[in-house]
Amino acid sequence: MTEHSDIDHVSGRATTGHEWDGIKELNTPLPRWWVITFYLTIVWAIGYWIVYPAWPLLWSHTTGIWNYSTRAEVATELANLEKIRGDKMVALGAASLEEIEKNPALLALARARGKTVFGDNCAPCHGSGGAGAKGYPNLNDDEWLWGGSLDQIMQTIQFGARSGHQKAHEGAMLAFGKDGVLKKDEIVTVANYVRSLSGLPTAAGYNAAAGATIFADNCASCHGENGKGNQELGAPDLTDKIWLYGSDEATLIETISNGRAGVMPAWVGRLDPSTIKALTVYVHSLGGGK
Amino acid sequence: MTQSPTAKSMTHGEAGLVLVFSLTAFFCLLAVAKAQDTAFAFHAALSSAASLWAVIAIVNRYFARPSSLPPQEIHGRPNYNMGPIKFAAVMSVIWGIAGFAVGVLIASQLAWPSLNLDLPWTSFGRLRPLHTSAVIFAFGGNVLIATSLYVVQKTCRARLAGDLAPWFVVIGYNFFILIAGTGYLLGVTQSKEYAEPEWYADLWLTIVWVVYLLVFLVTIIKRKEPHIFVANWFYLAFIVTIAVLHLGNNPALPVSVFGSKSYIAWGGVQDAMFQWWYGHNAVGFFLTAGFLAIMYYFIPKRAERPVYSYRLSIIHFWALIFLYIWAGPHHLHYTALPDWAQTLGMTFSIMLWMPSWGGMINGLMTLSGAWDKLRTDPVLRMLVVSVAFYGMSTFEGPMMSIKVVNSLSHYTDWTIGHVHSGALGWVGFVSFGALYCLIPWLWDRKGLYSLKLVNWHFWTATIGIVLYISAMWVSGILQGLMWRAYTSLGFLEYSFIETVEAMHPFYIIRAAGGALFLIGSLIMAYNLWMTVRAGEAEVQSPVALQPAE
Repeated sequence: MTEHSDIDHVSGRATTGHEWDGIKELNTPLPRWWVITFYLTIVWAIGYWIVYPAWPLLWSHTTGIWNYSTRAEVATELANLEKIRGDKMVALGAASLEEIEKNPALLALARARGKTVFGDNCAPCHGSGGAGAKGYPNLNDDEWLWGGSLDQIMQTIQFGARSGHQKAHEGAMLAFGKDGVLKKDEIVTVANYVRSLSGLPTAAGYNAAAGATIFADNCASCHGENGKGNQELGAPDLTDKIWLYGSDEATLIETISNGRAGVMPAWVGRLDPSTIKALTVYVHSLGGGK
Repeated sequence: MTQSPTAKSMTHGEAGLVLVFSLTAFFCLLAVAKAQDTAFAFHAALSSAASLWAVIAIVNRYFARPSSLPPQEIHGRPNYNMGPIKFAAVMSVIWGIAGFAVGVLIASQLAWPSLNLDLPWTSFGRLRPLHTSAVIFAFGGNVLIATSLYVVQKTCRARLAGDLAPWFVVIGYNFFILIAGTGYLLGVTQSKEYAEPEWYADLWLTIVWVVYLLVFLVTIIKRKEPHIFVANWFYLAFIVTIAVLHLGNNPALPVSVFGSKSYIAWGGVQDAMFQWWYGHNAVGFFLTAGFLAIMYYFIPKRAERPVYSYRLSIIHFWALIFLYIWAGPHHLHYTALPDWAQTLGMTFSIMLWMPSWGGMINGLMTLSGAWDKLRTDPVLRMLVVSVAFYGMSTFEGPMMSIKVVNSLSHYTDWTIGHVHSGALGWVGFVSFGALYCLIPWLWDRKGLYSLKLVNWHFWTATIGIVLYISAMWVSGILQGLMWRAYTSLGFLEYSFIETVEAMHPFYIIRAAGGALFLIGSLIMAYNLWMTVRAGEAEVQSPVALQPAE
């Protein structure tokens, strides 16, 4: 293959004279705009190196004439945030829960702070609107397992339920079937009795008197004689339409047989005191606060 | 050749490889017995079986072949070695479909998490590296190996170097993929993005890659052309740099030589820096330089036009490989990485813009005088659109490396959108275009089975890409803005979970886009299969080619 350049008839450009497998190359010069833009990016880069930290030296690096650092930038941004939040956060930390509820400005602040914290810490279990899910209580209604006053809610948030914290709520639903306290047919009977407490239909051939007796002997100590529940023990009210795990016969049999012991983590130490206060006020305001 | 059949004997390569693979089969069996974990035992058993198969295959091949090795030239015409290339080309199509399918699955998992099926093997965490490795290394890698071994022969007018070596490269590489992919499903990973395979897979890849480099380099050395074609510069840069990156990022100390777990030699921010020096240059040298090489051969060939500018190809080649290697730190903006390193990563990314566009200019302008062919040739259209996507992503990339832009885009879906405009639009389309050219050439067919189906592939995949990247732009920017939104009281406006909820519709659109892209690739596979099965054979001219002028 000899090397002679020829002229491409379409562009009028000379080729380089090379040819590989039928492919030739034009000897087109570099596009001017391309060269200029390339140079501009280089000039811009050099300018940036002068202004910002850029080149490593033996033991340190060039710092740039603006003395910029990302750490300083973060510090500035955090300081600005503190300025926006202002003394109100300090006031929130100092105020009691009742004072916060009475002071409209503090209440708005606490709710705003609480909403953010709720979204990032509580929503994974309780849902972003606090509506709960199977096994995770709905926080919008007025039924409370461990009490719905401001202090009770704060107690629960701080120490949780069955969380392993010393001050956590400890009561749990016993496993009447697994532990051999009740026989299978007794569990079915009492499950139907529990359904009848809230006016739900019972299975054909169900013995109401037997159900009442089993309930009185085994369940009433925690859930109360009328099944109205006991917030001291975290025992739910069984007479309303609100169910943590479900009201159908199969679910109730499962609950009575195997027990329930859902866990709410303790947040003390993970969230600072004023944040827990804000969260308490927010949860209290969701709809069911007492 | 006058050798008598009795003079037939094994070459050093054949005898040596039989010996090496026999020993490997034995030692891998030993490793099965002493394995510390089941995944390692499985991989050792797989390696032992593969080694045994290799021994049998080499011996069978020896008995089946004539006493002399294939000649370098027949009637003055290079006797090209196409077998290994056919293998890699077929594997690229198979892996491509598998990789795209897993991509659609994990995109759907993000939209509907229950598709994780609550099984470890089908969880997003294991399938995501399966997807990325399958599309980049299995699909892209096989396309690169197939095209590079084809182009280097054709543009050097020389038969591939080595007899067994090219087969060792293509089969060995695909065996690496098998080990890597099954490892991900079993939970074997060293947790480095795009470098997940554990130490023994890394070692095997190193051996395969060095042989690949030797085959490529020796073929160039024995070329019959005075100059080295531009595509071969890019292929060589790709092969050499990937070797360096692989060695730099992967030094690790195994907990046991009979176990799959190892610990990386680098620690802390140095490890992060090595990781993104590797990660970014995997993009730069695997997905850019390698596929630019494909562009430099297949576009001029298909358009039947000369390369637009030789000078531009030289300048942008050297500028690209010099600047790319610095750009990695832009993956670590606003992290523990020192500010000076962040600055260098960002400024070199900006300077990389024009060198990247040099390739786009050369690709697009090569069409001048042949633009009319875009109306009639969907394969050329695919190649040209790939270059357009290349131009778009190589503008978007430097822009996203600017720190203020990055503070919005980083960790959001925008990055995923950016990657996929490059991966689906550029790498995918240029690969499809190359395969549509290559398969008929390899199997001596006059042309493709159906250009109409190529057209269908083109439009299905293009709509898929547009859905994918626009969904990710919107969701990424939305996500970035939601993350940084503050209320007037100075608290974050949205919880993380609200931002996740906001992404849901875009995740559905993205999965739909990916599904269209997958359907397009299935159309391609059918078309290529029918080309091989039922395509009209090209009449081979009985006389040798005229010596070139």
